[in-house]
Amino acid sequence: MATKKAGAKPNVSAEELLHYYREMLLIRRFEEKAGQLYGMGLIGGFCHLYIGQEAVVVGLEAAADEGDKRVTSYRDHGHMLACGMDPKGVMAELTGREGGYSKGKGGSMHMFSKEKHFYGGHGIVAAQVPIGAGLALADKYLGNDRVTFTYFGDGAANQGQVYETYNMAQLWDLPVVFVIENNQYAMGTSVKRSTKSPSLWERGAAYGIKGEEVDGMDVLAVKAAGEKAVEHCRAGDGPYILEVKTYRYRGHSMSDPAKYRTREEVQKMRDERDPIESVRTMLLDGKHASEDDLKSIDKEVKDQVNEAAEFSKESPEPAMEELWTDIYAKEIPQGEAV
Amino acid sequence: MATEILMPALSPTMEEGTLAKWLVKEGDTVSSGDILAEIETDKATMEFEAVDEGTIGKILVEEGTEGVKVNQPIAVLLEEGEDASAADDVSSGAAEPAAAPEGDTDTREAKAPAAAAQPADPPKADASPDYPEGTETKTMTVREALNSAIAEEMERDENVFIMGEEVAEYQGAYKITQGLLDRFGDKRVIDTPITEHGFAGIGVGAAFGGLRPIVEFMTFNFAMQAMDQIINSAAKTLYMSGGQMGCPMVFRGPNGAAARVGAQHSQDYAAWYASVPGLKVVMPYSAADYKGLFKSAVRDPNPVIFLENEILYGRSFEVPVLDDFTIPFGKAKIARSGSDVTIVSWGIGMSYALEAAEKLAGEGVEAEVIDLRTLRPLDYATVIESVKKTNRCVTVEEGWPVASLSNHLSAYIMENAFDWLDAPVLNCTGKDVPMPYAANLERHALITTDEVVEAVKKVTYR
Repeated sequence: MATKKAGAKPNVSAEELLHYYREMLLIRRFEEKAGQLYGMGLIGGFCHLYIGQEAVVVGLEAAADEGDKRVTSYRDHGHMLACGMDPKGVMAELTGREGGYSKGKGGSMHMFSKEKHFYGGHGIVAAQVPIGAGLALADKYLGNDRVTFTYFGDGAANQGQVYETYNMAQLWDLPVVFVIENNQYAMGTSVKRSTKSPSLWERGAAYGIKGEEVDGMDVLAVKAAGEKAVEHCRAGDGPYILEVKTYRYRGHSMSDPAKYRTREEVQKMRDERDPIESVRTMLLDGKHASEDDLKSIDKEVKDQVNEAAEFSKESPEPAMEELWTDIYAKEIPQGEAV
Repeated sequence: MATEILMPALSPTMEEGTLAKWLVKEGDTVSSGDILAEIETDKATMEFEAVDEGTIGKILVEEGTEGVKVNQPIAVLLEEGEDASAADDVSSGAAEPAAAPEGDTDTREAKAPAAAAQPADPPKADASPDYPEGTETKTMTVREALNSAIAEEMERDENVFIMGEEVAEYQGAYKITQGLLDRFGDKRVIDTPITEHGFAGIGVGAAFGGLRPIVEFMTFNFAMQAMDQIINSAAKTLYMSGGQMGCPMVFRGPNGAAARVGAQHSQDYAAWYASVPGLKVVMPYSAADYKGLFKSAVRDPNPVIFLENEILYGRSFEVPVLDDFTIPFGKAKIARSGSDVTIVSWGIGMSYALEAAEKLAGEGVEAEVIDLRTLRPLDYATVIESVKKTNRCVTVEEGWPVASLSNHLSAYIMENAFDWLDAPVLNCTGKDVPMPYAANLERHALITTDEVVEAVKKVTYR
């Protein structure tokens, strides 16, 4: 049903909007469930939820082609779901079980999928940035036209290795899209309290890298900007920066006292800028879907998440032998070279 | 169906907390994300949000209650259309709180692989020669051996490339990469800006992406800037990914003291890297070992730290003339046979060890000198077998004494060959000071041959 209907923004089909709605809702319901399992003690340690930021990854995944790569920080559940990783495997990793993507040995912050070209899940703020450029270097070296999406937050944007990477990425024309997910708070420190730079993407200018600011609460705007960035990279013009303005509804991690911003600020964002609500409104106003259609999607997503949660509880803990495996590879673990 | 709202765990360490304040009351309708209560944890006072929508049927724990256990029911949530009586049904039959299964209740003992702890049955030492007797050899410097090893590996596999500061046009700050730019071009011999943290991370990403990077640090002193990428990204990814992806690459460069370059440029990092599971660590002495071990390093599917030595670069040794000469990791070499004492060393420490052995031979003490060559994996078997034969052991290491590899070897020997020892194991190490600049002080800060001789005399009671 790829037909365009009146009421939608230009060039957006009902099918596409429904896809975004479903993908964003999956992330939100998944994260809510993860928060619940954390509260029950089934998930331990650190757990960083993506609620509020869904339009960023869903929009950018819509701009990616098969074979393009992605790498991100520890707030990574949304990225994994958006690139097609199985919610069951992700949730089971959160609960530290054998059925998790890393057999329970990685946890919330450390998951990978070669099959989906997802290179982690990195727990050290900004460490994924040079890694993303390195993935792009490999693609350029191997002569394919793939692009790497390298996600990092406004907090990471103040790390030195980001600028070391900008310098080399531009110097060597690496096909990497630097995505700054500016959710306005690095843990509890607002951007205003951490820099006097008026914008983060403009710092790329010091290295000759082009970029732009994007409304991260609008999935269509994100997708459009992503397409432009990807085109720039694939044309061989080097890296591109997208500073995506977004907002995280939940705390930095589960143990966030929420003293650095007001409840009203969060509520205002949820009420006025929610990325899922706005697609929902677009779908209903454009008569692309009825309330019942959306309700049945809601139910499907809820079932999918419940199924993942069940799996994550039923999957056994890893065998004790796993303590001693995967420290060293016996053969090259990378089948990625083409 | 009515559901219980449980006291949440709001931090990784929280076991109980204080229900400081209810922000809803019985009969209130809530939806996902609404703040239900304020809870004081061991870390802070936090807001607790609703996950599901419904009506608060009953509050089970009054505000102000301290010591509320995680997972204890604190309220009952009613679904659309349910009345308050449903709340009573649930709360009277309060279910056992769900708890995560505890890993340590497993009675099965985790079994360490032989090399990691104390093997019940240690592997036998492999004393086979590195190349067949009678093989033609050629005199080469360590620099030439390393240069030819890099070139051969780049020739063999086009996904091998080298990057670092001054590796291309300058021909290498220590001339290790001389001629490689002309031979392989600037796609594969890449000059980087002075930016260790950044290019180490780019190297890791390139390895994730299917290439076989060789990252040169002009010296390992500068690799401290890149330590996070080496340890957290390169060494741990295979484990953190459950074996899905690893990081096949080599970090190489000169390590340890050069001459008169002061404290910031004269540090031995062997013990640091050798302590990290996930890394392989190589620290050769002779040119043949440089060549054979470097070629193995490039082919190894794991991140390898290849610790070279600037002073050794210009020394000459015999290197076998073979098309493809490799030496496996984890195989020490008995550089000199003897029966009175075992001297264990590696890297430049071997200079002192061998010189001391010669001097001692003149005094009638026959030392067996073992060159470990690789520090992770470490060839414990060769060390233990030798100590069981000589009953005495001295270690020689350029690095600092505290938490050194020598300490580790002493402990290992004590645990595995205590009954064979006739004297305590002695460690000859660099002094416990930053490297001084003055020539006389520097000489004294390093190990000397005389110190090794002295230590051997002590353990042989002479």
